[in-house]
Amino acid sequence: MNESELKTVLLATLCSIAPEVEPEELRQDRPLRNQVDLDSMDWLNFLIGLHDKLKVDIPESDYARLVTLNDLIAYLGAKLPP
Amino acid sequence: MIEFTLPSLGADMEEGTLLEWKVAPGDTVKKGQALAIVDTAKSAVDVEIWYEGTVHELLVQPGEKVPVGTLLATLLEPGEVAPPPAEGKTPAPAVIEFETPAAPATAPVPSATQATAATRKPISPAARHRAKELGVDADSLAGTGPGGAVTLEDVEKAVLPPEAERAPTPEPEKPADKLSAMRQAIAAAMAKSKREIPHYYLSETIPMAHALAWLAEENARRPMNERVLPAALQIKAVARALERYPELNGFFTEGAFRPAEAIHPGIAISLRQGGLVAPALMDAGRKPLGQLMLDLADLVKRTRTGSLRSSELTRAGITITILGDQGVESVFGVIYPPQVALVGFGRISTRPWVDDGQVCAMPLVNASLSADHRVSDGHRGALFLAELRELLQRPEELAE
Repeated sequence: MNESELKTVLLATLCSIAPEVEPEELRQDRPLRNQVDLDSMDWLNFLIGLHDKLKVDIPESDYARLVTLNDLIAYLGAKLPP
Repeated sequence: MIEFTLPSLGADMEEGTLLEWKVAPGDTVKKGQALAIVDTAKSAVDVEIWYEGTVHELLVQPGEKVPVGTLLATLLEPGEVAPPPAEGKTPAPAVIEFETPAAPATAPVPSATQATAATRKPISPAARHRAKELGVDADSLAGTGPGGAVTLEDVEKAVLPPEAERAPTPEPEKPADKLSAMRQAIAAAMAKSKREIPHYYLSETIPMAHALAWLAEENARRPMNERVLPAALQIKAVARALERYPELNGFFTEGAFRPAEAIHPGIAISLRQGGLVAPALMDAGRKPLGQLMLDLADLVKRTRTGSLRSSELTRAGITITILGDQGVESVFGVIYPPQVALVGFGRISTRPWVDDGQVCAMPLVNASLSADHRVSDGHRGALFLAELRELLQRPEELAE
């Protein structure tokens, strides 16, 4: 899966939780939770959604470094088979 | 005969629109089964029944908007035989009287019942039912319906003191959109709360280091979809603490306090389009933490997709609001009437703390209690918050 496919999955998962999101308005390098109103339950559901789609396990101890869309793309990209 | 009426699904609800019947006459129903979907200002709700029986007659059609208390359907008790139409408790002519209100007045029914029939006013079935419930002699009322028929409103007015403060119903307006209906419902409930409930407010700072460390260890063992949020632990602790403070969990109605029959805290859940609903998380104190978390996630999801059950909107005796995700340190909530208390949690943040004579960095959370001074005092409220703090120092005991 390349970066753009991964981004598509990320945005689709995000929109399923926060339908009001306009993907083109999101800044990839800014903290996601400053741009989208996600509470901790939404955030957990977002990560569970990514886990279900990508079959990647995300330990809770890694949650803290997943702040921006870029962080997520880099983190998940490294975990996915090339 | 079992009467299935439209329940009040919150202090802010005066009427509801029947969207759909989930049963048909002749169906047998179980206790707790949802019979109908009703739309309120806040959401569509599955309305449940608390008896076993067989559906006899559906009295309200989908699309009809009716006030709280309206008889929606009748059901036969197990073993009960359907009464022949003529022998029903509500005489069939009553319906006819309402539909053709002029008829009984001009042509009194001959025969032995003539005396009563002559003085009996036309009255709608819903109004007759309500009159019986309220102990009002419907025949003594001046009807304002077609042909002088006594309407539901006439009956209800008869028992209401002429209260100037009764919120004007926005009925004559054009159908407002859902959001403004929700805004009005929240406004009505919160204005009533601030008008009638003498709130007192307490707060306590609770160290969370041990609870968070325990939770991190617990979550490391759990698969992703079974991980537990600190919110679930906080809810469990509140439910456990309430076991010893029943005066904080219940309902203040008609000048008296009635404790809730169990600990079903309402959880304030914000909706993405604005507004909030606080449905009950049933038996929060008795569920293992993992189950409580799954039920919380399910409740949040169903609240946001609009598929709550009537019991979830009527049984909470207290509300818990957790606003930490929005970044505030504390929240002092407004009690949701007729409840008598609200517990609020702010953000869990690392701040300086003195532990055993040493200053250290400690994750802390501010817990607050807003409570009804008609029912409890600050002393008991303070003991409750102290109990809550102690419970959160022993998260292991909250696991099961």
